[in-house]
Amino acid sequence: MNAIKKALGFVWIILGPASIIFMFMQAFEKIGLAEDGVQKTNTALQWGIILFIFIPISAGLVIFGWYALKGEYDQLPED
Amino acid sequence: MSQQPQQSGIFKVIGASSLGTLIEWYDFYIFGSLATIIGSQLFPADAGASALINTLAIFAAGFIVRPFGALVFGRLGDLIGRKYTFLLTLVLMGGSTFLIGLIPSYSSIGYAAPILVLILRLVQGLALGGEYGGAATYVAEHAPANKRGFFTSWIQTTATGGLFLSLGIIVVTKNLIGAEQFADWGWRIPFLLSILLVGVSIYIRMKMHESPMFSKLKSEGKVSKNPLKESFNNKTNFKMVLLALFGATMGQGVIWYTGQFYAQSFIENTCHVDFNDSRYILLWGIAFATPFFVVFGSWSDKVGRKWIMMTGMLLGVIFYRPIYQIFLDDTDVSKVEQKDISAITNPVVVRTAIAGTMDSLITTTATVSLLDGSSFQRIQSHTKFAEAGKPVIEQPDTYRDKQLSTPVFWKFVFLIFFQILLVTMVYGPIAAFLVELFPTKIRYTSMSLPYHVGNGVFGGLVPFIATLIATFPGSTPLSGLWYPIGIAALSLLIGTIYLSNKKPDHREADFENLQNN
Repeated sequence: MNAIKKALGFVWIILGPASIIFMFMQAFEKIGLAEDGVQKTNTALQWGIILFIFIPISAGLVIFGWYALKGEYDQLPED
Repeated sequence: MSQQPQQSGIFKVIGASSLGTLIEWYDFYIFGSLATIIGSQLFPADAGASALINTLAIFAAGFIVRPFGALVFGRLGDLIGRKYTFLLTLVLMGGSTFLIGLIPSYSSIGYAAPILVLILRLVQGLALGGEYGGAATYVAEHAPANKRGFFTSWIQTTATGGLFLSLGIIVVTKNLIGAEQFADWGWRIPFLLSILLVGVSIYIRMKMHESPMFSKLKSEGKVSKNPLKESFNNKTNFKMVLLALFGATMGQGVIWYTGQFYAQSFIENTCHVDFNDSRYILLWGIAFATPFFVVFGSWSDKVGRKWIMMTGMLLGVIFYRPIYQIFLDDTDVSKVEQKDISAITNPVVVRTAIAGTMDSLITTTATVSLLDGSSFQRIQSHTKFAEAGKPVIEQPDTYRDKQLSTPVFWKFVFLIFFQILLVTMVYGPIAAFLVELFPTKIRYTSMSLPYHVGNGVFGGLVPFIATLIATFPGSTPLSGLWYPIGIAALSLLIGTIYLSNKKPDHREADFENLQNN
């Protein structure tokens, strides 16, 4: 099980930046599709808030993956 | 013999904590439930600035301010104690809810109205971020280790209870004073009522004592000096914060919001079921499922927290699409045959001029009743051109205000009940799970953040992201479900592989009992 935990660490490290790139692409696409004026500002505001909150979460996923890779979860404190 | 007074003591603790938390959820939800009316009363009619403020009120309050409140009040709770911190969050939440009910309309005070709404909504989000962790920690620190799941599960009923209470009070108030009066001034009643509920809860909470574990730490001078630094700058603790978020609260958040919010929104907006029917279905589903929070919380004391939560996520991943397909199929009235119709009301024809042209849109609305007791409104429309000889363009028929037959109504109640049952599986044991993951001196801070990021951000974004996915090319009405399914599957995978199934230490509980005796 510890080998799987470590191997999946790579997946989480890749998934973090991949999710940020995907969100940026979506943000650009949706803001671009919105009509000029208030709708565009509103869509930009929504996506701004989403990116603001999800970038740290995605960074957290990378750190989680790094810890997993380093074997930090092989033995939990509560075990 | 000594177990009896101990038992009544813990139930007082649970009662005091749960009542306050339930009221906080009630306060948070009535805003969401009445958003349309608030929008028409307190916001300008032009979509411009109004839409921006509305977006901020919904997005910022839920997604930024809630986790921020978790940090602010979590830190405070680990520094000065649980009791006074969650007393403060209650006052902030109740006060801001009451004040929303007093804001004059946009026609009286102009832009001050939506700006005041925004400020008070942000205070609500901040207070909610601080409340839950405090209440869960407070109860858990009073409970014996072998009954932590059972006792904290009462706190877990409050979020669903708050939703039930908000829907119930809105429906009752609306029925008592009529829809017109409710839209005019009656919507303020649920907000104003909050001050009474909060007053009672503050009175009860004032009488409670500080958590015994925190008091012990304080008397020994072991209270954390910088809870934020110790929670997030310490690798041993921070890795558990990440594990709690990705392996549990993230999946719990999407299961929670899909079962209780997206389901109702889907039935009302995608299936076009009548306003009252869609709310009654949810109310019955909640009423039947709520006791299971305690069942699964209690069961987790015997078999451990992990597998109950993981099973809830797994069942969500498997059954969401079939359940929502049934919702769609059972409300599809486009194939109703003439032999099934018992009556059709006289059609109402409305002619609307199409702006900038001489053409008109002709809309014909009729209520169709079926032999099985169900009914719906059928709207047929076509464009009539002013230019002679140009053929009429028929629009596809649309259907709304569907009232379900009794068997279908109860079938929907069962399907909502099942989804909320999954909520009880993932949510019932999670307070005990989070409390046990972190040490007493930084518990409030450490458990509040993953909870509010998981529940508030991942869960709260279910309606937005589901709607977003539905705009992708080739999407279907069920495509939005891929977001909760994907997040629940990811959390299930991480939780299954990385979490351990800690069972409560019965030796620890026996030792506590010995000490108490």
